[in-house]
Amino acid sequence: MSKPKGFEKPSGVRDYLPHAVTKLRRIEREVLACMDRWGYRQIMTPTMEYYDTVGVASSTSDQKLFKLLNKHGTTMVLRSDLTAPIARVMSSLLKDEPLPVRLSYHANVFRAIEEEAGREAEFFQTGVELVGDDTPEADAEVIALAIESLKAAGVEKFKIAMGHMGFLNGLLQEVLPERTEDQESLKQDLLNRDYVGYRNTIAGLNLTEEQQNRLEEVLKLRGGREVAGQALDISSNELARASIEHLCRVWEVLEAYDAAKHVLFDLTMLGDFSYYTGMTFEGYAAELGSPVASGGRYDKLLQQFGRAIPATGFALKTTRILDGVQGEEITEELPVLIRYTAAYRKAGLAKASELRAEGHTVITSLIPDTDGTNAQDKEEAAVSGSMLHRGYQDIITFQ
Amino acid sequence: MKVAETLKVAMPKGRIYKKASALFRSAGLPVPLDVDETRKLVISLPEAGMEFILAKPVDVPTYVEYGVADIGIVGKDVLMEENKDVYELLDLGIARCRMSVIGLPDWKPGIHQRVATKYPNVASQYFREQGQQVEVVKLNGSIELAPLIGLADRIVDMVETGQTLKENGLVEMNSIFEITSRLIANRVSYRMKNDEIQTLCDRLQAVILSERANL
Repeated sequence: MSKPKGFEKPSGVRDYLPHAVTKLRRIEREVLACMDRWGYRQIMTPTMEYYDTVGVASSTSDQKLFKLLNKHGTTMVLRSDLTAPIARVMSSLLKDEPLPVRLSYHANVFRAIEEEAGREAEFFQTGVELVGDDTPEADAEVIALAIESLKAAGVEKFKIAMGHMGFLNGLLQEVLPERTEDQESLKQDLLNRDYVGYRNTIAGLNLTEEQQNRLEEVLKLRGGREVAGQALDISSNELARASIEHLCRVWEVLEAYDAAKHVLFDLTMLGDFSYYTGMTFEGYAAELGSPVASGGRYDKLLQQFGRAIPATGFALKTTRILDGVQGEEITEELPVLIRYTAAYRKAGLAKASELRAEGHTVITSLIPDTDGTNAQDKEEAAVSGSMLHRGYQDIITFQ
Repeated sequence: MKVAETLKVAMPKGRIYKKASALFRSAGLPVPLDVDETRKLVISLPEAGMEFILAKPVDVPTYVEYGVADIGIVGKDVLMEENKDVYELLDLGIARCRMSVIGLPDWKPGIHQRVATKYPNVASQYFREQGQQVEVVKLNGSIELAPLIGLADRIVDMVETGQTLKENGLVEMNSIFEITSRLIANRVSYRMKNDEIQTLCDRLQAVILSERANL
């Protein structure tokens, strides 16, 4: 590759100009405030972590982790999510904290090679973790909070799909006992969202028609509450049934939250992340091509840091929401411009000070003595050609 | 009852279009059989509840991945090569052919092997799995030319009838995978327009199954 030109930045990262920052900050503020009202307190963790701890524990595949070497030659990673760092904190600084613990975060995360549309290398996530509660109540709480957070962010039309890792695992154990490799290849097909491949794999497994039908039936397990019944019809495996019962109880709680109307069952959905162990969910917004939220239960992750406690949570993909949410135009007060000649500097700056103390935004500008052209025209030209200027609510001249 | 939403469908121009539109019509959807005449790139089909986006076949998965099209029709060859994050919902069973390794009849493995192809990712992955290290040369057309003029000793390409190969004195050495056209869906549309996409899938599948039964 040739040397980068001056204007270029690495692919997958972006600049945020003031109007985008205003919008991003508003989303961040509204969402964090919403999480705060549910008792989730914000935490910040470092941008960099050790590869061997947080890197290995994170859900991001090895090749997608952004790796660096420190001066001792130890491999470091730029955090790829906040779930693994928070698991580390829960097992160290907060190891004696009474459970459950509710934490929220808003942070930039990094990916070396992102396969998803957009291929972002750095983006913002806003999310929560609810640690130390393994009940359906807790799972429903994070889903309901995800819904409220999406609303707070200004996303109007959205849906949540909810699944469970245990159902498919149970069904596969029942239909294909001891055939771990076949189980894995079917799971891989679903993970790749390749339904054609899934059907082809089934066809190649030498199964009875009844077994084939049961496995193919999985692809239809998407929809409302009735899906739970259909799922119970095709599996009597204990794990599968327990998973469905768990989801039904989550659903009941969601109904009490009046949130079930936003939620669909989807038992074909496997969390992309290896660390999910139970309920998983994804959030989708109309007009945005890829998911805006993902979450689920990960009961084995904290164990990797030496503290075996259950946890559940979600993250909003805030950068993506920023792209999609029109939101109401943010009406901010325009600044006041104070112009003064050198002789009136003291009066001009005193006025600026006074207005700022009242809460106004004030920009000051010296009128040069030698300026023959009309300063007013110049000012207007600057405003009209600018990406940043929005004009002034008032211009005060001291001369 | 909610109003059905319009499905945005990325349709491949050319060979596959006619077969796909025939399938849609068999499923009771009034779509034009032929779009060769039109210069339009977007065709609104309110009676079918669809909007066709006419695309170069290799671009179909990209439109669907980014969500500018809800669903699309594309060959498995393109899906394997492009590796996009989309749902592959249905094997439409049309435009059947295969991806193959092709060479001259007297081919013998040399020290440095070169393979020419329009599908560099497919070719690289296949030879790696075979435990062979080869140099992959990307070409954009007339792949059959490469072994004839010594640019490469083998090629990886789609084979439909094998006629072109025969005419050029080439032989099919291995088949890598079978190709048919697939119905793909965007991850979000698949949820947000679940009913519309599921209905279409069911109707298409009914046609495909009855056609298969008639064979």
